[in-house]
Amino acid sequence: MKISGKIYIGIIFAMLYIPILVIIFFSFNSSNSMAVFSGFSLKWYGELFKNDKAIDALVNSLMLAVSSSLIATVLGTAAAVGIYNIKSKRAKTAVMTVTNIPMMNPDIVTGVSIMLLFAFAATLLKLEIFGFFTMLIAHITFNLPYVILCVMPKLKQMDKNLPEAAMDLGCTPLQAFFKAEFFEILPGIATGMLMAFTLSLDDFVISYFAAGESFQTLPIYIYSMTKRRVLPDMNALFSVIFIVIFALLLIRNLMTKDSSNVKKAVNR
Amino acid sequence: MTLRLLLKKRSLSLFMAAVVIFSCLMLVSCPEEEVDFEVTSETAAIDYSPYAGTTINVYNWGEYISDGSEGTVDVNKAFTKLTGIEVNYTNFSGNEDMYSKLKSGGISYDVIIPSDYMIERLISEGMLLKLNFNNIPNYKYISEEYRNLYFDSDNEYSVPYNVGMVGIIYNTEMVSSAPDSWSVLCDPALSDKILMFNNPRDAFAIAQFMLDIDINTQNADDWEKAKEWLMNQKNYVKSYVMDEVFNKMESGSAAVAPYYAGDFLSMYQNNDDLAFVYPKEGTNIFVDSACIPTSAKNKAAAELYINFLLDPNVALQNAQTICYASPNTAVVENEDYQNFLKELHPEANAILYPSFEELYPGKDVNDYYYRNLPQATLDKISTLWSELKIASTENSDSYIIYILCITAVILLAGVVVFLKVRKRRRINA
Amino acid sequence: MKTKKSLLQRYAASPYMVWSVLFVIAPLLFVIYYAFTDRNGTFSFNNFSRMFSGETPKVFVISLAFAFVSTLICLIIAYPLAYSMIKTKKKTQNMLIMLFMLPMWMNFVLRTYAISFLLEDRGLINQLFTSIGLGQIKLINTSGAVIFGMIYNFLPYMLLPIYSVMSKMDKSLIEASEDLGCNRLHTLTKVILPLSIPGIVSGITMVFVPSVSTFYISQKLGPSDFTLIGDEIETEIKSAAGSYNYGSAISFVLMILIFICLIVMNKFSDEDAQGGMLV
Repeated sequence: MKISGKIYIGIIFAMLYIPILVIIFFSFNSSNSMAVFSGFSLKWYGELFKNDKAIDALVNSLMLAVSSSLIATVLGTAAAVGIYNIKSKRAKTAVMTVTNIPMMNPDIVTGVSIMLLFAFAATLLKLEIFGFFTMLIAHITFNLPYVILCVMPKLKQMDKNLPEAAMDLGCTPLQAFFKAEFFEILPGIATGMLMAFTLSLDDFVISYFAAGESFQTLPIYIYSMTKRRVLPDMNALFSVIFIVIFALLLIRNLMTKDSSNVKKAVNR
Repeated sequence: MTLRLLLKKRSLSLFMAAVVIFSCLMLVSCPEEEVDFEVTSETAAIDYSPYAGTTINVYNWGEYISDGSEGTVDVNKAFTKLTGIEVNYTNFSGNEDMYSKLKSGGISYDVIIPSDYMIERLISEGMLLKLNFNNIPNYKYISEEYRNLYFDSDNEYSVPYNVGMVGIIYNTEMVSSAPDSWSVLCDPALSDKILMFNNPRDAFAIAQFMLDIDINTQNADDWEKAKEWLMNQKNYVKSYVMDEVFNKMESGSAAVAPYYAGDFLSMYQNNDDLAFVYPKEGTNIFVDSACIPTSAKNKAAAELYINFLLDPNVALQNAQTICYASPNTAVVENEDYQNFLKELHPEANAILYPSFEELYPGKDVNDYYYRNLPQATLDKISTLWSELKIASTENSDSYIIYILCITAVILLAGVVVFLKVRKRRRINA
Repeated sequence: MKTKKSLLQRYAASPYMVWSVLFVIAPLLFVIYYAFTDRNGTFSFNNFSRMFSGETPKVFVISLAFAFVSTLICLIIAYPLAYSMIKTKKKTQNMLIMLFMLPMWMNFVLRTYAISFLLEDRGLINQLFTSIGLGQIKLINTSGAVIFGMIYNFLPYMLLPIYSVMSKMDKSLIEASEDLGCNRLHTLTKVILPLSIPGIVSGITMVFVPSVSTFYISQKLGPSDFTLIGDEIETEIKSAAGSYNYGSAISFVLMILIFICLIVMNKFSDEDAQGGMLV
């Protein structure tokens, strides 16, 4: 059992990693052939770093991810607090159902629906609106449920007497929130924000529908690149992304030496 | 909510990854070196000062200008440097795409570069402005051949930018004898090595040339017939492509594809087994021209931009980057350009600038242009096209999936029934 | 004091609610509006009659079948994988889970590109086959490639939920069942399998929904006659024929179909999980 289990794990590993390793290998190819390795060169990495469009797309992606995750975190945290305090059970269920819609719906339907809204607004306002702001709205929309779902459990775990105690001590409700509750739910907010950031950075399908010509994110740029002639600088980009992620993961894994720590982190 | 758990683990690392990649790129990306470039003195002598500081919106096909990549001249930057007029340059992926953007009235474009039939449509719908040719002195370089074209017979609205024809690109290693007809696109011997246009108008035109039907017919039955031809052809098609054609032809994973002559020359740079031929049945000719839509806000500056594109040196840069045929006589007669073509491909001149009379003697060149079609015909084409795309072929292999699916369902049902029966027995026992 | 607090906190959710109405509910209403109107905005069922008289139902069936098969294969691969993983040391487990998730951190467009690179006619696998004398085998542009693409892309989504449920399982339960004389197979079917159902259910959902609606994998890896429902929506909406009506109608039907699937799925899991386990 043990040996066969290990072999099995090995096979699946091979399946997952061979395509990736092949691409990394060919990113060092001196010619642009996909099949024949004609010699080692760093030429395609040079090409990549000279590529304005790729760098623009990366900057756009980061800009969008930062702004959308920040706004989604503020809106989402407020929403979680609000929903938590809704008394009527029916209203709560209704709001949570709406919250679940973007998570349950296939991405393509969310993307199409939001594009239709913007297309309608564009014809109404006679304005070209597809661009950064449509992307921002789309990203905030699909980020919100995740922020709310990260903050909610923390609110539930929180000691209910805490804000009341703070107010008894003379705080206004707003002060009470920022001095007491906020710190209790901060871990949830932080996870929510990071998750929103990640989702926003990684999203392709929804962005694809909400994007205009003027504003491209990295996934959309990669998509349009694979649609056109694929040059090996694409392989270089692939390798850079992979290696950076791999290194960071490795460092993180080595830093959390104690396995129980990891478990705690996962279960949190 | 496992999804959350899953994503939580990704979040931090991806965040850090993004930061690191970003800083790497910032560090490594070096400023572009300036390429020496000058326009002709005539173009340089124009007084641009009244327009300096204004902006024009230019809407063009993707990869359809010399944009500074790989050591070329960035035409838009050069224009801004010369005139002080900022260029906001965006791309569209097709004429229809451009039309719907323009029609929706979003952004106001100052210069657009659509193809012939679309210009006819735009003119008929009153969406273009008449050009003031006093601002476009370089129009004198446009070849007689590309003046008074059918869609703008009085040369009022448009200035040709690029011209071209569709032909057959094939891999000499994989196609035994040089083809001369569209029929190679449904040659059983090349089955599964054939690429086809993923664009209804171009795909239907091939079928229509084969069947000797007018490519601008408004008769629905004719379109049906063309679709039948395409349905049969589909049995041999590897995939429907547009720009993926570069990769597939260059790597040799496909043997034959219909595509634009100019793009063949780019492909040939990466794979010299490729060859090009114009089919005997006839082929589409297109002219992409610069126009100014009625929504333009900066017409004079737009005309100066068009004039700039016609400047012999600028046009030369574009012709060398895009590799399409230029309607600009100053380019065609330029010795450097002729040498450049020879270096590209020994026959480059004949491929880009064929003589229509020699290729298709006795034919009317106007029958080879696409025309604007009424909405009913366009709807018909779009329905036929989606039917074609969805239809399954004779050698379809998706039946395996159905079999798998059915087996799985039966197995699952079996297990469920088995469990239920056992449960009941146990309860009864 | 109490009333003041509830006032503030009652309004805390209102910006979100406004946002949801504007950007979640309204867009869906637009989908429905476009689905039930024609190009000129008059009410009609034309989109649906066109859909059901044409080839689209077939596309739906294909999409569902492909998603079903790939989900099933993912489950078949991932379940023993998760089971073998929990048998290893804790430290190895962490390393393994990290390595299995690593490909997932990359964008799915990139992952699909990697597969197509490998499967190309002149790609590495075919080079290998040719060099050992097997000749070229058609790998890309086949249904198999699409299934492989889906599995490759979505396998981690199946593995992770199952693994996390299994790793949290109380080890003493397994030991108890072994002490009570169950053999390994019995322990698996009677103890581990029922307890891991919540993981299986969320894994299935997380693989099924994206595979049914994907549009890039099939274009990149599928044969020429191959269209999934996601592709059809994408071409209808993006081809800019000037009307979104037909694409909206397909999206609408897809959405309904998926909701039905999810409801059925949840019903299944509620019955079997003996309640409470599924969040």
